[in-house]
Amino acid sequence: MVGITSFGGYVPRLRLQRQAIVDAHSWADPGLAGRAKGERSMCNWDEDAVTMCVEAGRACLEGSALTPEAVYFASTSAPFADRQHAAIVSTALGLSEEVAAADISSSQRAGTTALIQACAGVQSGQYASALLVVGDKRRTKAASAGELAYGDAAAACCIGTSDTIVDLLAAQSSTVDFVDHFRAAGESFDYTWEERWIRDEGLAKIAPPCIQRALDKAGVPAASVDHFVMPSTIGRAVAGIARQAGINPDAVRDNLHAHVGEAGAAHSLVMLLHTLETAARPGDVILLVSFAQGCDAVVLKVTEGFAGYDHARSLTDSMASGVAESNYQKFLAFNDLVTLERGMRAEPLDYKTALSVTYRKRDMLTGLIGGRCTQCGTLQFPRTDICVNPQCHAVDTQEPHPFRDEAASILTWSADYLTYTPDPPSHYGMITFANGGRFMTDFTDIDVGDIEVGTDVRMVFRIKSVDSVRGFVRYFWKATPVNA
Amino acid sequence: MASGIKDKVAILGMGCSRFGERWEAGAEELMVEAFNEAISDAGVDVSQIDAAWFSTHFEEINVGKGGLPLSIALRLPNIAVTRVENFCASGSEAFRGAVYAVASGACDIALALGVEKLKDTGYGGLPGGASGTLTPQWAATGSAPGNFAQLASAYQSKHGVDRDDLKRAIAHISVKSHANGAKNPKAHLQKPITEEQALNAPLIAEPLGLFDCCGVSDGAAAAIVTTPEIAKSLGKENIVSVKALQLALSNGSESGHNSWDGSYFHTTRIAAGKAYKEAGIDNARDQVSMFECHDCFSITELVTMEDLQLSEEGGAIRDVMDGFYDGDGQIPCQIDGGLKCFGHPIGASGIRMLYEMYLQLQGRAEDRQLANPSIGMTHNLGGSPMSNVAAVCIVGSYD
Repeated sequence: MVGITSFGGYVPRLRLQRQAIVDAHSWADPGLAGRAKGERSMCNWDEDAVTMCVEAGRACLEGSALTPEAVYFASTSAPFADRQHAAIVSTALGLSEEVAAADISSSQRAGTTALIQACAGVQSGQYASALLVVGDKRRTKAASAGELAYGDAAAACCIGTSDTIVDLLAAQSSTVDFVDHFRAAGESFDYTWEERWIRDEGLAKIAPPCIQRALDKAGVPAASVDHFVMPSTIGRAVAGIARQAGINPDAVRDNLHAHVGEAGAAHSLVMLLHTLETAARPGDVILLVSFAQGCDAVVLKVTEGFAGYDHARSLTDSMASGVAESNYQKFLAFNDLVTLERGMRAEPLDYKTALSVTYRKRDMLTGLIGGRCTQCGTLQFPRTDICVNPQCHAVDTQEPHPFRDEAASILTWSADYLTYTPDPPSHYGMITFANGGRFMTDFTDIDVGDIEVGTDVRMVFRIKSVDSVRGFVRYFWKATPVNA
Repeated sequence: MASGIKDKVAILGMGCSRFGERWEAGAEELMVEAFNEAISDAGVDVSQIDAAWFSTHFEEINVGKGGLPLSIALRLPNIAVTRVENFCASGSEAFRGAVYAVASGACDIALALGVEKLKDTGYGGLPGGASGTLTPQWAATGSAPGNFAQLASAYQSKHGVDRDDLKRAIAHISVKSHANGAKNPKAHLQKPITEEQALNAPLIAEPLGLFDCCGVSDGAAAAIVTTPEIAKSLGKENIVSVKALQLALSNGSESGHNSWDGSYFHTTRIAAGKAYKEAGIDNARDQVSMFECHDCFSITELVTMEDLQLSEEGGAIRDVMDGFYDGDGQIPCQIDGGLKCFGHPIGASGIRMLYEMYLQLQGRAEDRQLANPSIGMTHNLGGSPMSNVAAVCIVGSYD
């Protein structure tokens, strides 16, 4: 039976305190005071839907023996209108160039749609296995409801037909052009209609019939649903749907508002992963629903194999390692919501990216693939024609070697207050890989005082810089403390 | 076996512009200022110069590419002019070209001139340079102070040095250079500072503060070289000759192979070793009278003292605190103020260092004059600790 064989999630490190948001706006909107509770996840300046999906994808593949034959990327906040993000993620994850790939977008149910499509692709035999990654980092206007309610996160699942940990019992969709909000092409922000109308005319009328058809298809009575996973930022709306559908009120899953916020198209799967990590047991039935221009309802069953499932980095680890951020101004700056003086030192960033170079070096730049000298065994980055080992210098002996998951530590570093970075001071230095190889790299997700010589680091895929003149996002890898 | 450069080339004349924020002067005016002093000192006519080497680093904000800017500014007599660029060691590279031309016999008299006009950027500090199409896509986003500051982290870790002790030693280095610069009318920064000022200055790149960083200056320096025989025939006395001239470049091992520990300059050690051999120096600490090192940052000077074999490894802090390198110490370092206070117009710096050694050896250094120096050394470095160009030049009295 087709189902999920592994999963991985990612929540960025920073947690913007809602109190800080409310404090900034209460002069104009005192009514926000009641929403000051909790925190929302917030991307670092160098993160976006793509980088979060790469992290979620890595966590997912760490627990997987599968080699995906297809990659689905889902988001409503991906950086390019015309460039396939699944291709970036696939290269960053070191997948074969033989994979099929698709981006799924334009709707808050893009995540569940990707799940259904991936399962269909595998079930049909078109692909033996598939990886789906879904992430969202939605921009919001200052003082908007979304600014307080949303969060940034990503989730990933591998889909296969053997050794599944969660089986797909049934999937049902309905498609209705119900526009609770929209974001026009080229626009930065959502335009949202009244919540009460969305709740009463949309959610309450469109979701229940779709849920019923899905449960019927699966042959599962509503009362047998152990976990009802459905995102909504509208208070008690999901509880109402559960009541309408005959689902046990206790089965309604927490929407993670307290510490994450709603992560757009990713949120249904983020909630699913949270359910799997914190509540699910073999035999449990999970109803996964997302609502937008209709409804996707997916009935899942946790398999006996789930009991033995273990993965190195979990969503809950990532949730637990958050760092409180009380500086709302930083959130505005990171999200380009305020026009900051960047200084003349920022001007060199406005250079044109040589796309032919980016392509020629795609293994190096996107995949962090270096070389291993087959003559002396030295690992090195980048991979070159002549071995870097002073005692070797053999020519044409290097085979590709991925550095993505190699253990590394800091040899030299500085915190630079002079050079332009969106998050000063700029931390960078030389890292050495335990198995050989080194290079000087940017550090990310750290504060002053977090690192010293010898600090263990791991590599993460991040935005290197943005060509704002031409709208091109440049990605590369950076080092971050292992325990960050 | 090559016979080396020792005593094959003599310095016929040198010139150096005033360094600093020369708002009133462009690169062309700075070149003429340095050249007029040099040609007058040499006592020859411009028509006697057979070829020239011209060094600049930043073509983006300076005079652009090629040898033409020098040829046109000086109205040179349609001779060969070669523009060289080798990061902050560009000046030494120009000097090497002129020296080699004379040593080969291809030229009787050759000119080396370096210039940099840095203060047309609109802000303080060095601009970032272009680095090709691949490097900016993966190299760490850094600045010169951040790159060199990393020496401190590795040096502290390797030698078990406390941050405060290191800070005090590098503060002493800057205090000493300011004291020396105060005696130099051509220096960019001529005010003495205290250790407290250095220690309490704003951080630029951990652990370097403002006073651990050299000046960003406009300036030009020139050298006219010939053979010792021609110099004598022109009636020159107290002739200063080139004893050694070595360049060593990184080949990617420091930045790509785990054999380097990050606390020293691999290339400086190689260039210094070759230069001492070429000059016939077997104990640098005893034989070198004075030196100018590439003190772009105080920490660079500290580790370079060890790389030049003047202090033992791990011993530079002690020597610095003992005043060994002070103006009245055993081996005065940066007696002209160094990059720190004379200033650092990149393309000119290597030649500026030689200018001070030349003046000292000829007994013409006025308030800064040391007693009877016989061997002067310059160390000119370009790049970063993990990938760089190191130039070591030794000059001395021609017997």
